[in-house]
Amino acid sequence: MASEYHSSGEYIKHHLQNLTYGQHADGTWGIAHGAEEAKAMGFWAINVDSMLFSIGLGLIFLFLFRKVARKASTGVPSGLQNFVEWVIEFIDNSVRGSFSHQNALVAPLALTVFMWVFLMNLMDLLPVDWLPFVATMAGVPYMKIVPSTDPNVTFGLSLAVFFLVLYYSFKMKGAGGFFSELAFQPFPKFLFPINLLLEGVGLIAKPLSLSLRLFGNMYAGEMIFILIALMFGGGWILAVFGGALQWAWAVFHILIITLQAFIFMTLTIVYLDMAHAEHH
Amino acid sequence: MNFNATLIGQSITFIFFVWFCMKFVWPPIMNALETRKKQIADGLAAADRGRHELELAAKKAGDNMRDAKAQAAEVIALAEKRAAQIIEEAKTAAKEEGDRQLAAAQANIEQEANRARESLREQVAALAVAGAEKILRREVNAQTHADLLGQLKAEL
Repeated sequence: MASEYHSSGEYIKHHLQNLTYGQHADGTWGIAHGAEEAKAMGFWAINVDSMLFSIGLGLIFLFLFRKVARKASTGVPSGLQNFVEWVIEFIDNSVRGSFSHQNALVAPLALTVFMWVFLMNLMDLLPVDWLPFVATMAGVPYMKIVPSTDPNVTFGLSLAVFFLVLYYSFKMKGAGGFFSELAFQPFPKFLFPINLLLEGVGLIAKPLSLSLRLFGNMYAGEMIFILIALMFGGGWILAVFGGALQWAWAVFHILIITLQAFIFMTLTIVYLDMAHAEHH
Repeated sequence: MNFNATLIGQSITFIFFVWFCMKFVWPPIMNALETRKKQIADGLAAADRGRHELELAAKKAGDNMRDAKAQAAEVIALAEKRAAQIIEEAKTAAKEEGDRQLAAAQANIEQEANRARESLREQVAALAVAGAEKILRREVNAQTHADLLGQLKAEL
């Protein structure tokens, strides 16, 4: 399919462009054609593909788990219930391992983070051209199917986590306690500007690293899939080689997408645990 | 990498998903898991208890068996003793009866002999009187010598 494009660069650019809906420079509303137009739309535009795929995947997760939860039996579990219980127990163990306080929110939060991020990452294993090709046939010019390669998505997640961290920090330690935690350590109190700077950077780094790690891994993985897909246009020897490469990279990627989902979940738990912990 | 309102949309979606998960997914499944865990624990405990009770019952059954055997042996011994006693009694009774009958027969025989002797004596007396009568018919009067004759009869 790479042959439809004038150059490899154009192919790559096209694959990395979200379907952005917003206000054009001339005042009309519509879909951005190209990165410059999307940029020009400013903040009040929306990546339709990211939203659709992430919400759709989230709904699949909630639907499956809700289906099991509605008729959860205490008898011998079978099929889907087995799988769901396995995931739940895995999450529960992780939460019990890293979170040492009482909070009914954390475990469901961890479950949602893990399953949602995992499903969004899973889209990476679909060959890069399938859905965009179908979309092009249907008249949609851009289609980026892996939501976690969109920084908006990963930052959206990490910001929500960040606000939860702030909320629980205030709730558990009070404004004074939270401030003293930021200002009066690790150095003595009279150096509090330095403390504040250090701890402030540390605090901001949490959501930033959380989202950038996921985004970076998924973006790089997607990029490699796109580069491999370019080989399919280069004669049959390259195409066969590319097929083998794609298979190998996909197998390796199974590990990465699971690992990234797990890391995102674990760090979320750890950050919330730190927000609950009192420093003395 | 340009940021737009997708960021906000994602956060809202995320919050909604977490809320749904916390409300409708996590608690029922966790409940089921906890309940099952409890059921399994209860089942294992019940099995343990059952095994223990089985052991107790086996022990009790053995005890009962031993008791019954001892009792049976006792009953048999008692019965044997009683049988021996009955036989002994019967022997004694039979011997006594035999002795009694023997004594009765002997008494009978004695009586018969006495009676025979008596009648024999009377007959001899009568014969003697008849003989004497025949001899003395002429000179002896039966009336005057009656006391003499009676004395003679008594001596025979």
